[in-house]
Amino acid sequence: MVEPLANPFAPLPAPQAAVLSAALPAHPWVLEADAAGPVIELIDAGKTYRSGTIEFEALKGINLAIHEGEYVAIMGPSGSGKSTIMNILGCLDTLTRGQYRLGGTDVEELDEIELASVRNQQIGFVFQGFNLLSSLPAWRNVELPLVYGHVPREERRKRASRALERVGLGDRLDNKPGEMSGGQQQRVAVARALVGEPTMILADEPTGNLDSVSTRDVLTLFDELNALGRTIVLITHELEVAQRARRIVWVKDGAIIRDEVNAA
Amino acid sequence: MTWMESFRTSWSAVYSHALRSMLTILGILIGIAAVILTVGLGLGTQLDVSAQISSLGSNLLIVAPGSSTSTTGTRGGFGTSATLTIKDAEALSSTVNAPDISGVAPESTTSLSLTANDTNWTTTVTGTTTAWTSVRQRTLARGSFFTQAQADASAAVVVLGSETADELFGTQNVVGQSVVISDKTFQVVGVLATAGSDSSSNLDDVAIVPFSTAATALVGGTSSNAVSTIYLQAASDTQLSAAYQEADALLLNLHSISSTDDADFTISSQDALVSTATAVYQTLTILLTGVAGLSLLVGGIGVMNIMLVSVSERTREIGLRKALGAPPWAIRRQFLIEAAILGLSGGILGAVIGVVAALTLPAVIGSSIVVSPLAVGLSIGVAIAIGIVFGVYPATRAAKLAPIDALRSE
Repeated sequence: MVEPLANPFAPLPAPQAAVLSAALPAHPWVLEADAAGPVIELIDAGKTYRSGTIEFEALKGINLAIHEGEYVAIMGPSGSGKSTIMNILGCLDTLTRGQYRLGGTDVEELDEIELASVRNQQIGFVFQGFNLLSSLPAWRNVELPLVYGHVPREERRKRASRALERVGLGDRLDNKPGEMSGGQQQRVAVARALVGEPTMILADEPTGNLDSVSTRDVLTLFDELNALGRTIVLITHELEVAQRARRIVWVKDGAIIRDEVNAA
Repeated sequence: MTWMESFRTSWSAVYSHALRSMLTILGILIGIAAVILTVGLGLGTQLDVSAQISSLGSNLLIVAPGSSTSTTGTRGGFGTSATLTIKDAEALSSTVNAPDISGVAPESTTSLSLTANDTNWTTTVTGTTTAWTSVRQRTLARGSFFTQAQADASAAVVVLGSETADELFGTQNVVGQSVVISDKTFQVVGVLATAGSDSSSNLDDVAIVPFSTAATALVGGTSSNAVSTIYLQAASDTQLSAAYQEADALLLNLHSISSTDDADFTISSQDALVSTATAVYQTLTILLTGVAGLSLLVGGIGVMNIMLVSVSERTREIGLRKALGAPPWAIRRQFLIEAAILGLSGGILGAVIGVVAALTLPAVIGSSIVVSPLAVGLSIGVAIAIGIVFGVYPATRAAKLAPIDALRSE
């Protein structure tokens, strides 16, 4: 398994990166994950929604393991349970059955404050609707995870600029979301997902609101990030988007029907 | 997230809805300014009244005709009947019968027209004795008060109040001039120094003549010996109560009345007047402050209202912040600070406007407003407290939002 760089923003050639990573202190979490196996592990994970007397089983006990550095697409039609998987993986929702282990920790045992900290440290979200704060300039949007991660102000600004440079928006630091195109806004959102150097980037239909050119840009960005060692989980219903990933997990009616390495 | 960060975030939220924030702040502002002004006006009026009553003279007892109670059960009008005469005043002047009374100044007042050259001026003409200046604690700006000899001789001399002198003569030298009152020519012997006004009359718009002159030349008839008020001065503070009893006993005896309940006169002391007036103004102040406080409460409800709107409007933002790792307490703090900013801004602006109004209004309305630093400090504190108290519910609601539901909301 390739260890990620301490600084994922500098696109260094691979051999050099390997040398560098030995000299730099790695993310403490990474060491732990290596020892414990997969970074993401769903064990017999079930989720049942209750509305009055009506019960709906959105996840029917799935098993899924994702390792460090993987690029996984979770693929399925709407209503298949892929959004539920996304919410579970993102620690935005809890299971009603089974276990979700993130970096070796059983997430079900964490309280709300610890969950917030897990989301902050380990997950970088990219949403379909970008979810940028329209009143803040790009760099202020990007620094948000660092604000909640107790990073000093000076360093936040530096890291936010670097993340924006990484997604090709180094010249738009002070632009507000309203002054950018959809593709640029999504790239700001990707920069925001990157900035905290999370364990995984969790993208929910990231290209759903984009035209084909912007879609290509964003997907290329994911390819590059993955090449640098980032773990990416992408949720989509579009096959052409899913085919950019190295592994595709097919979901239907709350169950995994196929889990394959993407040959394409 | 540090307090500074929370504050920055909250501030930008307040700032980005400037108009809405201003309107909310206005609610608090009006409440705070109203409280400061009403409390200030209440305190100021109390001071004014105390000062005016004190200006009547120290150790003063005031005897007025009419009784406060009567045997028939009907209350006699205070000062309505002419039961006091100059004889009563003369009796009270006796050092044998009333050793604790050091000065007696009877007053008979009539409103009359004064003419000097071509100028007419209607004022209160007061007939009194030479003890008047010391009992009423008045001094003369020019000339002198009439003498005992002039009083004995019922001389046609007059002492004018400063305003009366101005109205009749303008800037001319007044002493020695002639004034016609009721077709009789009086000579001006002095002008009183200014004293302001008390609760019922302008102390500078008066004309003082010897009592004997007023009785014979100005009033005449059966009421010529009647006096409207007798001012008594006790020899000292400690003798005030003794002076009261002597005056009461003497007048009851003179009027052949056996029981105090049937008295046809009323003696009141300055202290009693001050405490009565103070009590009245205190009640008024409390009442008005209560009304002002209500408007502050309304302002607080306004804060709560706008905070609830702000929370539901920013549900998505809250969801996003939570997804990015904001713990519930950070969200709660963000909204609490936002509410506190609204409250504090309203409090400070309200205090500034209240203080400015307190400094400028007295010139217009003629009564003083006392700005108490305590009231200002307290009301700013109350304003922040209101922001926080009324912000707790919206902030808690925001903190409790499930990130997943919040993210989905439109």
